[in-house]
Amino acid sequence: MSAHQVEDHGLLRFLTCGSVDDGKSTLIGRLLFDTKTILADTLNAIEKTSQKRGLGAVDLSLLTDGLQAEREQGITIDVAYRYFSTGTRKYIIADAPGHEQYTRNMVTAASTANLAIILIDARKGVLTQTRRHSKLASLVGIPHLVVAINKMDLVDYSQDTYEKIKADYLEFAAKVGITDIRFIPLSALNGDMIVDRGDSLNWYDGPTLMEILEAAPAAHTEHDEPFRFPVQYVCRPQDSANPDLHDYRGFMGRVESGSIKVGDAVTVLPNGLESTIKAVQIGGVDIGEAFTEQSVTILLADEIDCSRGDMIVKTAEAPAAVKEIRATVCWLSESPLDRARTYLIRHTTRDSKAKLTGIDHRLDVNTLEHVAADKLAMNDIAEVTFKLAQPLFVDPYLENRGTGAFIVIDESNNNTVGAGMIL
Amino acid sequence: MNSRNTLSHLDWLEAEAIHIMREVAGQCSNPVLLFSGGKDSICMLRIAEKAFRPGKFPFPLMHIDTGHNYKEVVEFRDKRAAELGERLIVRSVEDSMKRGTVVLKHEGESRNKHQSVTLLEAIEEFGFDACIGGARRDEEKARAKERIFSFRDEFGQWDPKNQRPELWSLYNARSHKGENIRAFPISNWTEMDVWQYIEREKLELPSIYFAHTRPVVIRQGAIVPVNVPLVSGELTNLPKAGEEIIGKLVRFRTVGDISCTAPVESDADTVEKIVVETATTTITERGATRLDDQTSEASMEQRKKEGYF
Repeated sequence: MSAHQVEDHGLLRFLTCGSVDDGKSTLIGRLLFDTKTILADTLNAIEKTSQKRGLGAVDLSLLTDGLQAEREQGITIDVAYRYFSTGTRKYIIADAPGHEQYTRNMVTAASTANLAIILIDARKGVLTQTRRHSKLASLVGIPHLVVAINKMDLVDYSQDTYEKIKADYLEFAAKVGITDIRFIPLSALNGDMIVDRGDSLNWYDGPTLMEILEAAPAAHTEHDEPFRFPVQYVCRPQDSANPDLHDYRGFMGRVESGSIKVGDAVTVLPNGLESTIKAVQIGGVDIGEAFTEQSVTILLADEIDCSRGDMIVKTAEAPAAVKEIRATVCWLSESPLDRARTYLIRHTTRDSKAKLTGIDHRLDVNTLEHVAADKLAMNDIAEVTFKLAQPLFVDPYLENRGTGAFIVIDESNNNTVGAGMIL
Repeated sequence: MNSRNTLSHLDWLEAEAIHIMREVAGQCSNPVLLFSGGKDSICMLRIAEKAFRPGKFPFPLMHIDTGHNYKEVVEFRDKRAAELGERLIVRSVEDSMKRGTVVLKHEGESRNKHQSVTLLEAIEEFGFDACIGGARRDEEKARAKERIFSFRDEFGQWDPKNQRPELWSLYNARSHKGENIRAFPISNWTEMDVWQYIEREKLELPSIYFAHTRPVVIRQGAIVPVNVPLVSGELTNLPKAGEEIIGKLVRFRTVGDISCTAPVESDADTVEKIVVETATTTITERGATRLDDQTSEASMEQRKKEGYF
């Protein structure tokens, strides 16, 4: 297989939303099984455990429960990551548990995903939970939603049932402004429309789930984005044995968005000094240009001050420098957000002290209505305003995840207590 | 075709790993990279080169040596560190045994889990605030739930029920004095990704990763290497009375303490052949080969709670 190169479609990160009752674990198990990711000894082990627990069939959900407490209590506590590959594309599944602390876990899992699969039990149709998952997925800016109507085997593979659920969902989606949606009927249990089409859904002529995943656009490929390069680390070798390196100053970081090449005019923020790109390198080797998600080292033509926390941007497309941010915040900590306290906000590689100045409203994730609030507890989502000690260089989250996202840190215990998306 | 570029999966994984290493360097004051001479940590050194050259690494390398490591791997470890011109610290479980901080239940007990004690002692000795490790989430169920930046308390303990939320690629490496961060740059890699990366980057490996004939016995269904020479020349893993020694063509998929790492039957003697074999195997990496993980369903999780990486 390594003798001739197959086309590489890179990597897709996606999220599965739903509970065990919707067949989520079975779906993941099916994806891993049909792509031959589950190996014989793993299957053996879960067969043994299933028998020990007196279960009739192999319980594929055992694959996704990693912690002792989870196995003891038969629940899922935390986001788990699963991997499979089709030969042309590598996939990372973020598997968020369905019940307790759902919002916190789902926001975490969704933050790195480019596609979400929302599972619906065909017998139950669109539920409160479905609406909550969909709203969260769109809030976290996942560009592609796949609504998978599962357990079609339990409704006699009825096209009418499928069409009715689809119509219900579209009505809801229009209300909350979700636009890019695909629908697919499935039986994860029998493997219909996952990798193989099966014989029972002949009325459906769309792609299988795997075909949808294989064709889904990779992150950052759908729009032109401005160049954003937060500096992580500065390389100054000062190697006395090598005079060539005496003046070497490499600004190291990952291209959060856009692209850059030698000769481009750039500005360093916050000092606003301008220069041009002298070299773009990886590991000291010139590569001439770089684009989104590449980790590179940039050398500038002029000797200007630049350190961790600064941002290099193209002079013609600088982001806003702000000392106040309005954002959607998901609170992650058991201690509620306290107006009186000062927090630390980490945005790209830059930190700033921050204080809450106002809560516009809180989102009720069940009714999806805006409600008044004067504090935020764990799993709450709200639109808030923070006042900042240092300026941050931001873009709206829905235009640029890399420069629109931040985390809130409680300096007393160093915990990550909030996740923010700039409006 | 799209006019916007997409990274191949290996380029993406490499770029993510570089970003993680630079975050450790940028956020922590005294990190260390754990280097065993095994294939995952060999990939980590290539990533560190791409992250920090032409500069030196902003951290030393460290190996926790059980004293029962394959000679070929120990020699490779020293050679690679010297080629890179980076500082290598070795701390040994045998020294912890002499100090009395590690007590074996019996002479033949595997020293693998006792590495945690020596690691914690070394962290305290050097005041390291972060350890960069080559663990991968696909290796084991408990690891599938671990963060890329994993917080450990003063006793090196991992609390799986109370992990810091980790969103986007905004990593929180903050810790108080005495506490510690473990960072895993290749969390999202699978065994296959590692072998494909080794193939692409033409990375050199210790010889025992390739098919070779060695004396083994079959013990409870597993292939157990016997009469294994240590660096000192002394032989370890002697066969038990009545066991029949046979010569088998084998290779190692994972390399650790001699007492708990078993090889697999294979005639793959090149990286290309190993990539093909990895694509078609029916047994997981640790399944057939790590005798220590099979003690109970939760043994990796238990070790991690006690400070293991």
